[in-house]
Amino acid sequence: MKAGKTLAGRNYGPAYSYPMGLWFTVFFLLPILIIVVYSFLKKGLHGGVEWDFSLNAYVQMFQSSYAKLFVRTLWVTLLSTIISIVLALPCGYAMARSKYQTLLLFLIIIPFWTNSLIRINAWIAILGNEGFINVTLRNLGLITDGLPLLYTQSAVVLVLVYMYLPYAILPIFTAMDKFDFSLLEAARDLGATKPQSMFKVLLPNIRSGIVTAVIFTFIPIFGAYTVPLLVGGKDSYMIGNVIVDQVTKVRNWPLASAFSLVITVFSTAGVLWMIGTSARESARKKTSAGVQEAVQ
Amino acid sequence: MSMNRPTDLYHHLVSRLAKKRPVSEPARHARRALQNRPRLSLSNTVMALSVVFLFLPLVVIVVFSFNRAKGMVWTGFSTGWYEKLFLDSDKLWSSFSNSLIIALASAGTATVLGTLAAIGVNWYRFKFRTYIQTISFLPMILPEVILGISMLIFFSAVNLPLGMMTIYIAHTSFCLPFVFLMVLARLDEFDFSIIEASRDLGATERQTLFKVIIPAVLPGILSAFLMSVTLSLEDFVITFFVSGPGSTTLPLYVFSMVRYGISPVINALSLVLILGTMIIAFALRNFLKSIAASK
Repeated sequence: MKAGKTLAGRNYGPAYSYPMGLWFTVFFLLPILIIVVYSFLKKGLHGGVEWDFSLNAYVQMFQSSYAKLFVRTLWVTLLSTIISIVLALPCGYAMARSKYQTLLLFLIIIPFWTNSLIRINAWIAILGNEGFINVTLRNLGLITDGLPLLYTQSAVVLVLVYMYLPYAILPIFTAMDKFDFSLLEAARDLGATKPQSMFKVLLPNIRSGIVTAVIFTFIPIFGAYTVPLLVGGKDSYMIGNVIVDQVTKVRNWPLASAFSLVITVFSTAGVLWMIGTSARESARKKTSAGVQEAVQ
Repeated sequence: MSMNRPTDLYHHLVSRLAKKRPVSEPARHARRALQNRPRLSLSNTVMALSVVFLFLPLVVIVVFSFNRAKGMVWTGFSTGWYEKLFLDSDKLWSSFSNSLIIALASAGTATVLGTLAAIGVNWYRFKFRTYIQTISFLPMILPEVILGISMLIFFSAVNLPLGMMTIYIAHTSFCLPFVFLMVLARLDEFDFSIIEASRDLGATERQTLFKVIIPAVLPGILSAFLMSVTLSLEDFVITFFVSGPGSTTLPLYVFSMVRYGISPVINALSLVLILGTMIIAFALRNFLKSIAASK
């Protein structure tokens, strides 16, 4: 139990914490509430809203063109998330077992913290029609026409994986780092094969790390805006791009609000799932620790 | 075993995968003894390839920032683009100074508010404590587009003109969760008896705060501040929504460069920003693990 209650004297908790609580209430919760209200209003003529109850925004959301967009966004997001996690698992394992942890963390974090537009620009310079790959292949005489690499769906997935791979690696590494690797040897000594020890001992033990990694890649990719805009073609627009267009070009704020609300609800559900998983995991660890104590 | 649940199917697949006969114990121990050095396992290979993947675009762009000509055909070494970047890019540097002002102001505000809140939440029980913990977590996980749009709509609803002020508010909001979590993690490792000792010796709350708590968690506070500066300096999406005329930040300027005609000056700028990132990451080298954990 935290010792807070035993502190004699006054409770300074509110004095310490309420300024931040107030900040989030005004600048985070209130904007979200305004979005909720706006999504049920009528679109104003020149942007903004008219104070008239209407379900128009939600009716518009179920148009077939948006359904297609939604499916595409989901598909691109799932694909990029799965690729990132599949790459991140061996990376996290290698990092957790390595002697050069700090160096490896450093190597993962440098590209991760470098300005995202700089990184996108680098990919454009590599994949473009006059980009590094095309120019090099042409000079080697391997191709005559340019390969259409940029402005494709694959370019979007590639760059999304590039941008969000560190988001997947870091939580998985953190979970693996806490894992007791002698358990793997124990499993092998008890006759398990290598894949068995990996799938039945390692993976279940780092489940909360994997869930965190999935959340931290899936949610931002689902709301991606810059990557599909800059490296995608006309038909690789994702939900994020449509929301931005609704705000800046079409100026349909109720529809943008409705879309934002749906994504907010999904993200919150994902996070509740994540918190639930890690709570269950720590509860299970506590019971098994209790059992061990009882046995001893 | 029935195969009703997906986990059953999973275990079934695993046991199919594992049909291979196990290697005997002494043989395995002998092998492990031999393998006690970095080796070419699957995980190490994937790790190495991933690092190459992460650095490849950066290396290409840095190499071509020294190219004499504009395109991606090597025509000779030149530092011309760097001269242009440092001597002839006034707009870029004024956007950088905007970025720097906002980064320092919002990181400063976030560090003060977040640190105090973490201390309060860690040591006291009070009304709305759970609310504060929950709401400080949410901005971190919502897509940036949603944060940006909700703030834009909020600012227009309260008639606050878009500009440096609105960017400052937005950046403080998305830095706060990181500060709060990083300082909280630091406080969790902190020996509470030190505080009781300072109280027993007659220190007031303020003395305890400034002479005991803050010095003890100072490394955590500083790393949270640096992390916030980094986050603020590199944010594009949220800034894109809440910026107004005359408040162009560096990422906004870079965006317009990428979108409307690429100039190799951006390649030269890339190296500068990569070096800046390396310096910050190096300054935070002892905290990389806790940063990874808070992410």
